[in-house]
Amino acid sequence: MSAPISLPRWADLILVPLLSVATAFLVGGLVVAAIGVSPWEATKTLITGSLGSGEALGFTLYYTTDFIFTGLAVALAFQAGLFNIGGEGQATLGGLGAALVCLYGGGLPGWLLIPLAILAAALFGALWGLVPGYLQARRGSHIVITTIMFNWLASTLMGYLLVNTLRAPKSMEPETARFPDQAAIPSAKSILGVFGIDTAATPLNLSFVLALGCALALWIFVWRTRKGYEIRTTGANPTAAIYGGIAPAAIVMLTMALSGALASGVAVNEIMGVQNRLLLEFTAGYGFVGIAVALMGRAHPLGVVLASLLFGILYQGGAELAFDQPKISRDMIVAIQGFVVLFAGALDGLYRPHLARVFTALPRTRSGPI
Amino acid sequence: MTTAVPAPAAIELIGIDKSFGAVHANKAVTLRVAAGSIHGIVGENGAGKSTLMSILYGFYEADRGEIQVGGAPVRIASSRDAIRHGIGMVHQHFMLVDTLSVLDNVMLGAEGGALVARGAAAIRLKLAEFGRAYGLTVDPDALVGTLGVGLQQRVEILKALVRGATILILDEPTAVLTPAEADQLFAMLDRLRRENKTVILITHKLREIMAVTDRVSVMRRGEMVLTTDTAATSPAQLADAMVGRRVLLTVAKGASTPGPVRLEARNITVLGHNGVPLVSDVSFTVRGGEIAGLAGVAGNGQSELLEALAGIRPLASGEILIDGCPVPSAAHNPKAIRALGLAHVPEDRHRMGLVMPFEAAESAVLGIHGDPAFGAGPWLSRRRIVADLARKMAGYDIRPADPRLKTANFSGGNQQKIVLAREMERDPGIVLAGQPTRGVDIGAIEFIHKRLVALRDAGKAVLVVSVELDEIMALSDVILVMCGGRLTGRRTPPPDAASDDTFVGELGLLMAGVTEQAA
Repeated sequence: MSAPISLPRWADLILVPLLSVATAFLVGGLVVAAIGVSPWEATKTLITGSLGSGEALGFTLYYTTDFIFTGLAVALAFQAGLFNIGGEGQATLGGLGAALVCLYGGGLPGWLLIPLAILAAALFGALWGLVPGYLQARRGSHIVITTIMFNWLASTLMGYLLVNTLRAPKSMEPETARFPDQAAIPSAKSILGVFGIDTAATPLNLSFVLALGCALALWIFVWRTRKGYEIRTTGANPTAAIYGGIAPAAIVMLTMALSGALASGVAVNEIMGVQNRLLLEFTAGYGFVGIAVALMGRAHPLGVVLASLLFGILYQGGAELAFDQPKISRDMIVAIQGFVVLFAGALDGLYRPHLARVFTALPRTRSGPI
Repeated sequence: MTTAVPAPAAIELIGIDKSFGAVHANKAVTLRVAAGSIHGIVGENGAGKSTLMSILYGFYEADRGEIQVGGAPVRIASSRDAIRHGIGMVHQHFMLVDTLSVLDNVMLGAEGGALVARGAAAIRLKLAEFGRAYGLTVDPDALVGTLGVGLQQRVEILKALVRGATILILDEPTAVLTPAEADQLFAMLDRLRRENKTVILITHKLREIMAVTDRVSVMRRGEMVLTTDTAATSPAQLADAMVGRRVLLTVAKGASTPGPVRLEARNITVLGHNGVPLVSDVSFTVRGGEIAGLAGVAGNGQSELLEALAGIRPLASGEILIDGCPVPSAAHNPKAIRALGLAHVPEDRHRMGLVMPFEAAESAVLGIHGDPAFGAGPWLSRRRIVADLARKMAGYDIRPADPRLKTANFSGGNQQKIVLAREMERDPGIVLAGQPTRGVDIGAIEFIHKRLVALRDAGKAVLVVSVELDEIMALSDVILVMCGGRLTGRRTPPPDAASDDTFVGELGLLMAGVTEQAA
């Protein structure tokens, strides 16, 4: 008789996160004011610095691309009830896969080389996700522990390979030689140039479109296919999944592999879209930010894309802010991001009951207890 | 004491009103319970009985209305207030600590100071006193976890009495008891009544109401629709008041025409986590066109046996035969067994049968989501699963008829109908039905029973597991009884089994583990 009151879907996906972000900015604004900077000026710098020009927007969307990939990776794992903290390691291994194809497939034309390298990245990332998935499914090792360990393994493996095996001859840097030119994913500038639109040079490249495509594909996969149904069932009620003839162990492994493949999109964006060589630490913590993105996006692809955009704005606008306002350091930006995570992720329940009350008071249509 | 004048009211509820959001759980409920009487409250699930008692015990506060205890208006804002006014509650699910002694459990929250020795001594005295006064004897130093369910319930009652309760609320007290234990409970309640205690008995078993109460009230959709002397009413009238129309208390079914054996268990043993056998060496057969009822007190291996038959629990030994063919161990999983024509209505629809956060249409394809009818290749067509459930909703009268509504937002009976529709519309050869009517209102019970009988008449083998003996007796063509993981008996019920006291007594003995050799 006292069934939990559920919010309409749009409120759940849009209104609750918006309120959380507003609160985060409010608290962040208080901190900014406390160190003697006008929150209004700071917000203006943040917004113009991230959206105010073509160049700013390019950088913002470039960051957004990375966040979409890692956010989707975490979101998919959430759907199966798994907490994949291994985005960093999976993306790192994805970079290795892409680099191997780009370095040793130099003779291939770009239209073949690029898809092959992307597939290799996805495959390596998938394997790096599959192993913790296997350990959880068959050996009972908790995925949170193993994925963290696999981040370190990936990092040390990459260090070893880049110092001892893959380093460019006569180079002092732990990085590979430059990939052949045709392995570079076309940048936004070059593509828009074809249409006669002149833009500033930014790291934004076609990977952004790939990320959006992955979001759409993930939505279709999770909500429109039998496998997606099995993944969601396993996440929502593992006992019911077993009853329904679904083998949770297989679903855990499949989900972790796909999650790892999604995370490796960071490598596509960074290694093939921007750097054109494999180097250390190119994942730069995007794998972890993906957790916040997925939490904020409520593990839904559309939510992830929107949350990624917000984090892109925070990253790019935050860099501008740190540059513009000497009193605000890079760490301040991290603190504001922390507030967003706190209010959107950890304190998700802050507004929900109150909103639920408001919606219950409204004349009801068809949702709600019977 | 002579009671020619009307007994004074122990409790009076006047115009109690309570809403949860849009749900109006109690509508201006008025109830007067005479001191020193046993007052029964019956009603379908969701009729508002539990809400009313929760208000009386201080879990909720009423939106409007007044509570009087002994003629004086009181405010009960917490269970502490309720206890202060002499109201005690025995919950359906016991609130006991298994690893503590009876004494410690009774004392919990009533230690009477930082050092327990003095309080313990006082309580030990009181326990002895209650033992003499009401026949409520129980060893104060026994660990609660080692006691049987009936004794644990006794500890719950003692807890309330020690706190000075003069009014006892019992919520579905016989749900977990054997018939013999229930009789003991009723004898105990009778003694409490003679000592001028007041008992409010919430139940859905009309037989108990008729047997033990002085007065009875019926709730329907939040309203108190009838209050009468028990002697002046009949089960049929009460059932009528509960649902607002006449229902059949018995299942209308013709004679069975059993065909060949469709389901056979041969020496099935199922082990628990720690290697303890939960099901030991169980063998039986169910023929097509036959309903076999598996009776037993909850927790005696019926659940595990059912799950083993459905392929969910592994067999430690033994084998299952479907239509005469042994199920190979590689096929002993839910998917393969389902493919062999076995349908399974799980005992716990919340934990196993449905996915509560899913839309009903999605819950309604669990286990059959691989059916090509729901989409080509890898696709699961929303349009088709919604259309499929919409069709079933019409056939099973599932309300509200909205396949897109979240599963959790349906009432218990309608959720159960979703599970039944899913499992039965596949035209299975064998149906395993675990507690098919648990937490379901009378209207839905009747519907579900009719469906099970229809399946039987269509030549299916039906195995019903239920802790409701009335249900087992009303439905079954053959009754199997389990106790302690073993099959203790197989009986063919006589006509009108429920009113055959010898037969009911015999089943009770079998449920308590007294087998024919020992008897």
